[in-house]
Amino acid sequence: MSPAITHVTLAANEASEHRGLIITLFALFVVATLGITVWAGRQTKDAADFYAGGRQFSAFQNGLAVSGDYMSAASFLGIAGAIALYGYDGFLYSIGFLVAWLVALLLVAEPLRNSGRYTMGDVLAYRMRQRPVRTAAGTSTIVVSIFYLLAQMAGAGVLVSLLLGITSDAGKILIVALVGVLVIVYVSIGGMKGTTWVQMVKAVLLIGGTVLITFLVLLKFNFNISDLLGKAAENSGKGDAFLEPGLQYGADNLTKLDFISLGVALVLGTAGLPHILIRFYTVPSAQAARKSVNWAIGIIGGFYLMTLALGFGAAALISQEEIIASNPSGNTAAPLLALHIGGVDSAWGAILLATISAVAFATILAVVAGLTLASSSSFAHDIYANVIRRGKATEKEEMKAARWATVLIGVVSIALGALARDLNVAGLVALAFAVAASANLPTILYSLFWKRFTTQGALWSIYGGLIVAVGLVLFSPVVSGDPKAMFPDVDFAWFPLKNPGIISIPFGFLMGWLGTVLSKEEPDTKKYAELEVRSLTGTGAH
Amino acid sequence: MAADAPPPSTEQHRLPGAEEFTEVQESAEFGELRRSYRSFAFPLTVGFIVWYLLYVLLSNYAGGFMGTKLFGNINVAFVFGVLQFASTFLIAWWYSRHAAAKLDPKAEAIKTRMEGGA
Repeated sequence: MSPAITHVTLAANEASEHRGLIITLFALFVVATLGITVWAGRQTKDAADFYAGGRQFSAFQNGLAVSGDYMSAASFLGIAGAIALYGYDGFLYSIGFLVAWLVALLLVAEPLRNSGRYTMGDVLAYRMRQRPVRTAAGTSTIVVSIFYLLAQMAGAGVLVSLLLGITSDAGKILIVALVGVLVIVYVSIGGMKGTTWVQMVKAVLLIGGTVLITFLVLLKFNFNISDLLGKAAENSGKGDAFLEPGLQYGADNLTKLDFISLGVALVLGTAGLPHILIRFYTVPSAQAARKSVNWAIGIIGGFYLMTLALGFGAAALISQEEIIASNPSGNTAAPLLALHIGGVDSAWGAILLATISAVAFATILAVVAGLTLASSSSFAHDIYANVIRRGKATEKEEMKAARWATVLIGVVSIALGALARDLNVAGLVALAFAVAASANLPTILYSLFWKRFTTQGALWSIYGGLIVAVGLVLFSPVVSGDPKAMFPDVDFAWFPLKNPGIISIPFGFLMGWLGTVLSKEEPDTKKYAELEVRSLTGTGAH
Repeated sequence: MAADAPPPSTEQHRLPGAEEFTEVQESAEFGELRRSYRSFAFPLTVGFIVWYLLYVLLSNYAGGFMGTKLFGNINVAFVFGVLQFASTFLIAWWYSRHAAAKLDPKAEAIKTRMEGGA
C-alpha cells in the first residue's frame, strides 16, 4: 500500500470514529425536513399547491430556493474537486454556471411565469398541437432530469465511501437507496411547498458551511489570495501552469474543442433546465420572478467565488496523491479540506468534516427532490393529464398521478445511481446542461419570440436536440473506451468529445428552424398573439 | 383544451377574448413595449455571450497572455474570470433597472385595461 493510500485510510478511520457525529447531524437534517414535509403536505390541497407551492413564495424565498435547487453536488463537490486537481480549468465551470443565469433572466423567467402554469410543457405547447408537443416536452424533461439525477447519486455514493469507509458496492447502493426513499417522501407528500422549504434550508446550510471553510482557508493565508494561489501552485507540483488555463483541456486541439463545447453547454443550459424553470411558477408575478433570479445570481455568484477558495485551498493544503486516492475525479476534495483545515488528528477536524459532509448530503437531497418534482410534474401534467387523458382528468386524479410518478422516478434514480460512481460529478451535470440546451432552449426561445414557429418545428427541435445530444454522449468517452468511463472495459466510443454541446445545440436550433420552414401547416397566429401579449404583459396571469 | 395556459385567477378578472389579443398585439402601445423589451434584451444577450466566448477562446488559445502575472500570483486569467462575475452582476442590475422603469409601467397599463375590459 502506498503512503498516500495509507494516509487516506487513516483519514477515513478518523472519520469513522466520529461516524456517530456525522450520522447525528445528518439525522437532524432529515428529521427537520421531514417535519417540514408533513407540515407542507397538510397545506397542499389543490394542483397549484402541489405543482407551484400555491404561488405564494416571496422573491427572496424563491431566490434562496432557486439557489438551493441549483447549487448541486456538482457545484459543491465537483467544482471544488476540479479546481483542486486541474487548478484554473475548474474555474470555467463556475463561470459558465453563473453567466448562464443571464439567459434565464433576460429571455426566459418572466415570459415563462406569465404564460405558463405548472410545467415547461405549458409554454412549449401553448400555440401548438397539444398532445405531440406535450409528449416531447415531457420526454425531454424526464431525460434531462435523469442525467442530472445521475450526477447527484454519484455524489452521494462518493461521500459515503469517504465518510464511513464503505467501499463496498452494497454500502453505496444502500446510501443511494436512502436518498431515493427520502426524496420520494419529500416530494410525494410535501409537493412543491415541501420541496421549496427543503431547498431553502439546504441553501442556508450550504452557504453557512462554505463561508466557514472559506474563512478558515483565508485565515490560514492571512487573507492574502496571492499567497494562497502560490501555495496551491507549488503544492500541486505543477507550478504556474496550475494557475493558468489548459491543464485539463489544453493538451491538444481536440481537448480544446471539448472545452469550447463545455463552455457553450454551460452558458446555454440553465435556461432549459425544467427543475429550475418550474421554480418561477412559485412566485406571484413576473416581477417577483425577476427579483428571485437576481437574488439567485447574487447568492450563487458569491458561492462560486468561495468554491475558488475551497478548490485552491484543497490544492494548497492537501497533496494531489491524497486527493486522487480518495476519489479519482476529486469529488471529495471539499470534505477532505474540511478535515485538514481543522487538523487531521483532532476532534475539530472531525467535526468540520462531519459538518461539511452533512451539508453535502443535504445538498444532494434537496437537488434530487427538485429534479424528482420536475419529472413527476411533467409526467402528471403534460403526459398523463393532457396526452393520455386528453385534458379530461380531474385535479385529484392528476395529483394522484403525480404522486405515483414520484415513486416511479425515485425508484429509477436509485437504480441508475449505482452506475455512475467514479465520474466527476461536475462533468456529469455538464451533460445534463448540454441536453437541456439542445432539446429545450431552442424550443423555448422559438416559442416565445418567433411568430412563424410551428408544431413540426417544436417536435423536430426537441427530438432532434435530444437524440443527437444523448446519442453523442452514448458514443463518447464518458460512457466507454476510457479508464474513467461508465463502462471502462468496453469501447464503442467513436465521438471524441466528452461534451456534445458544440454539435447538438446548433443542431437543436437548426432543426427547429428547418421543421418550421418545411412545415405544411400554417402557424396559429391568433394563439401567438395571445401568447405574446400574455408573456410580455402578464394579462391573465395571477 | 388549448386554453390550458394561464394560472387560474384567484380574484375575479375578465379574461379577454382571442380577437382582443390580436388587436392588442397589433396596437402601437404593445409594439412600443415589445420594441423596448427586445431592443434592450436581445443585443445585451448577444453582448454577454460574445464576452463570455471571448473568455473561453482566450483561455484556449492565448495561454501566454492569460498567464501574464499582474500582481503577486494573480494573473490575467484570474482577473478575467472575476470580471465575468462582475459583468454578470452588473448586467442583471442593469436589466432589472430598465425593466422596472421602462417595461413594467407599459405592461401594467395594458394588463389593467385588458382585464378591466375598458
